[in-house]
Amino acid sequence: MNRIEVENLNVHFDDAQILKDVNIKIPKNTVTSLIGPSGCGKSTFIRTINRMNDLISGFKKEGHIYLDGQEIYDPSVDVVELRKKVGMVFQKPNPFPKSVFDNVAYGLKVHGITDKNIVEERVRESLKSAALWEEVKEKLEKSALGLSGGQQQRLCIARTIAIEPEVILMDEPCSALDPISTTKIEDLIHKLKKEYTIVIVTHNMQQATRVSKFTSFFLHGEIVESARTERLFLEPKDKRTEDYITGRFG
Amino acid sequence: MNNSLQEYLIEKGLFITAISSILVIILIIIFIFLEGLPAMESYGFLNFIFGSLWAPTQGEFGVLTMIVGSLGITLLSLVMAIPLSLFCAIFMAEIAPSNMRKILKPVIETLAGIPSVVYGFFGLITLVPFMREQFGGTGFSMLTASIILTVMILPTIISVSEDAIRSIPSEYKEASLALGATQWQTIQNVIFPAALPGIITAIILGMGRAIGETLAVIMVAGNVTQYPTSLVDPVRALTANIAIEMGYATGLHYNALFGTAIVLFFMIVFLLIIANYLQYKKKVVIGGGYL
Amino acid sequence: MSFRLLSPKVYQKIMKIVFWISGIITIMILLVIIGYILFKGFEVLSLEFIFSAPIDSGRAGGIFPMIISSLYVTLISGLVAAPLGVGAAVYLAEYSEDGWIVKLIRFGAETLASIPSIVFGLFGLSFFVIFLGLGWSVLSGGLVLALMALPTIFKVAEVSIDAVPESYREGSLALGATKWETVYRVVLPAATPGITTGVILGMARAISEAAAILFAVGAALTIPVSIFDPGRPLPLHLYILATEGISLEYAFGTAAVMVIIVLIITVVTNNMVDRYQKKLMGR
Ligand SMILES: Nc1ncnc2c1ncn2[C@@H]1O[C@H](COP(=O)(O)OP(=O)(O)OP(=O)(O)O)[C@@H](O)[C@H]1O
Ligand SMILES: [Mg+2]
Repeated sequence: MNRIEVENLNVHFDDAQILKDVNIKIPKNTVTSLIGPSGCGKSTFIRTINRMNDLISGFKKEGHIYLDGQEIYDPSVDVVELRKKVGMVFQKPNPFPKSVFDNVAYGLKVHGITDKNIVEERVRESLKSAALWEEVKEKLEKSALGLSGGQQQRLCIARTIAIEPEVILMDEPCSALDPISTTKIEDLIHKLKKEYTIVIVTHNMQQATRVSKFTSFFLHGEIVESARTERLFLEPKDKRTEDYITGRFG
Repeated sequence: MNNSLQEYLIEKGLFITAISSILVIILIIIFIFLEGLPAMESYGFLNFIFGSLWAPTQGEFGVLTMIVGSLGITLLSLVMAIPLSLFCAIFMAEIAPSNMRKILKPVIETLAGIPSVVYGFFGLITLVPFMREQFGGTGFSMLTASIILTVMILPTIISVSEDAIRSIPSEYKEASLALGATQWQTIQNVIFPAALPGIITAIILGMGRAIGETLAVIMVAGNVTQYPTSLVDPVRALTANIAIEMGYATGLHYNALFGTAIVLFFMIVFLLIIANYLQYKKKVVIGGGYL
Repeated sequence: MSFRLLSPKVYQKIMKIVFWISGIITIMILLVIIGYILFKGFEVLSLEFIFSAPIDSGRAGGIFPMIISSLYVTLISGLVAAPLGVGAAVYLAEYSEDGWIVKLIRFGAETLASIPSIVFGLFGLSFFVIFLGLGWSVLSGGLVLALMALPTIFKVAEVSIDAVPESYREGSLALGATKWETVYRVVLPAATPGITTGVILGMARAISEAAAILFAVGAALTIPVSIFDPGRPLPLHLYILATEGISLEYAFGTAAVMVIIVLIITVVTNNMVDRYQKKLMGR
């Protein structure tokens, strides 16, 4: 069953066309990787799925994006509710300049969950799910900016899952991290896919093969090829995909 | 002339221009203190600062009523200016569409550029009669002065806090919105706390401008040397005291007016020290991450 | 908060309205003030008002001597403060290493910017008028105003010099130019629009100031011919007209002239900044 379906999506920033006729189906409780050279529109694409691009003046879109069959750009859709359902982890870890605890509790607070016991419980659960609990349980009241980059990124993931989204978008979540932190986050993704639908942008093709079931290859704002991950990497159908994954690109 | 000698002389010359502000401050301090300290000394420092009676003809030089006047006007104007200017600053930095911002920016620059005598004159013509009708009395009062000052410090607080808000990394904002927070929740819980040191600096700068303002205050405050018992009582500010009496002061009276300036000077230095401390703390917040 | 009276969405809507209102109030305040003053001022504003001398202490006639006084003090302040401010900015941006002396210089400029104008007034009286013996003159007034304009010019000039790309300097130094040649031929020309804006802003502060020159220029109603003559710049004239109850009508006229000057300065500086930014982007 598909959680997200994108039909003929075209995106412009002012006059520049960034995405062309993007079609993709993202199944439930799986990990889908998006790969492609820099500037091909991967970030733009995933930011379209939780409507973060609404903030950018000059953003225009055509086509449809359905989440569980509901068009997310329909005027009746509440953006705030949508973003609650579709969480996002950014390329650079971006914890708030608040304590570790307050970072995770933030989403709960804005969604009106204020019961102290529930909040503490959810913060603890989320930090455990994000494989961070053991490292921070002693310093929940310390500033999150004092954590290492890898810890910060897992904190951002914990913050995202604390509000129990259905989909998690990750935009190159490991690009600023060392190999050990990267491994931790990949393990985490494996664990999370049982409950969440995950879309991850990555520049690291090994990472795509390690974590995802499906992969789509973006080039110049178009999806060149989408397939099961092994298939895409072992027997690419399109010459351009082959060039890219074998490093002969450009 | 030898090339390297020329370079050397130019560098020294530039150095002298660079320290000119410091030299000027030292000169100001010397001259104000030379003239002011004798009065404070002969009347007694504590009597001067904590004395309630200012009667130059009887040799009484207590400035406490004016310290109270200055602080009263200033605090009252901050109470009015802070909400409006913070909302306006956030509006400009986060909410206003770009064409609205293009209107507001020059509006604020113009507000900052209007001479203080023009504000004072405007207050004298429109606000004083209005206050007289509303509250009785002469219309010259602490409240009247602080309303005029509110308008005068708006541009300072708005522009400095707008800069502070703008300098908050957009990552914080995006993170909050991506968690499903509304724009207002994001402002309230993320942007505002992060910008707070800069906002407080803005408020202190506004406060400095209010304490230092002279002619606009003279024109509307009533200038009576007494403790106000209500907001609509007339008061005299420290600055006003100097400007009003300097024209005819002689002897110890003349020195006492310089003494008034010394008090004023220390109030401003105190504010500057707080502002610098906050500036320093802001760096610590961004660098080490404590809020 | 254990329960919510209003949903976040409703709150968001209400706050958005509050924000818009605060922006609009700010605009309204300006419009009301300048609208009122211009409206009243236009009743007396005429070429004759601008170009004739006041009669009967300003109850009639015009403000020509005041305009000349204002020009005098403002020009003197610019001529004195611009080299000092720009020189200091060049020194800090090009010649100094970060250290305590730089911190001290910045702190000095900042302190100078926040000293109340009436304190400058006292200093002007005791230092320029009495100690240096310059007397009540447009020179004394101009010098006081120069001290007030100095930090503004310094700050804006430093920002504009810092904004000159490093590659410009490297290009010049690589060609064998000395440091000063590089500053003089490459850095300063590139920073000129910004520096000019700073000088205009500094002089704008000078032209609208009255308290600082209260005890320095005298209050003569005649046209100052030499820089040692006393004068009465526009803001001081307005202050005297209004507080001594001489003529409200003419006070409005004088205020209107000052408002028009401020508006012109805002338009000019904004234009310069816009063009400067476009030029930088265009490269
Ligand atoms: N806010 C914006 N306004 C205008 N153009 C933009 C904006 N953001 C991105 N673009 C353009 O859209 C194109 C796609 O950018 P995007 O960030 O989606 O690429 P990407 O595939 O994520 O690249 P990378 O791998 O480097 O992150 C780029 O050409 C970029 O210049
Ligand atoms: Mg990207």
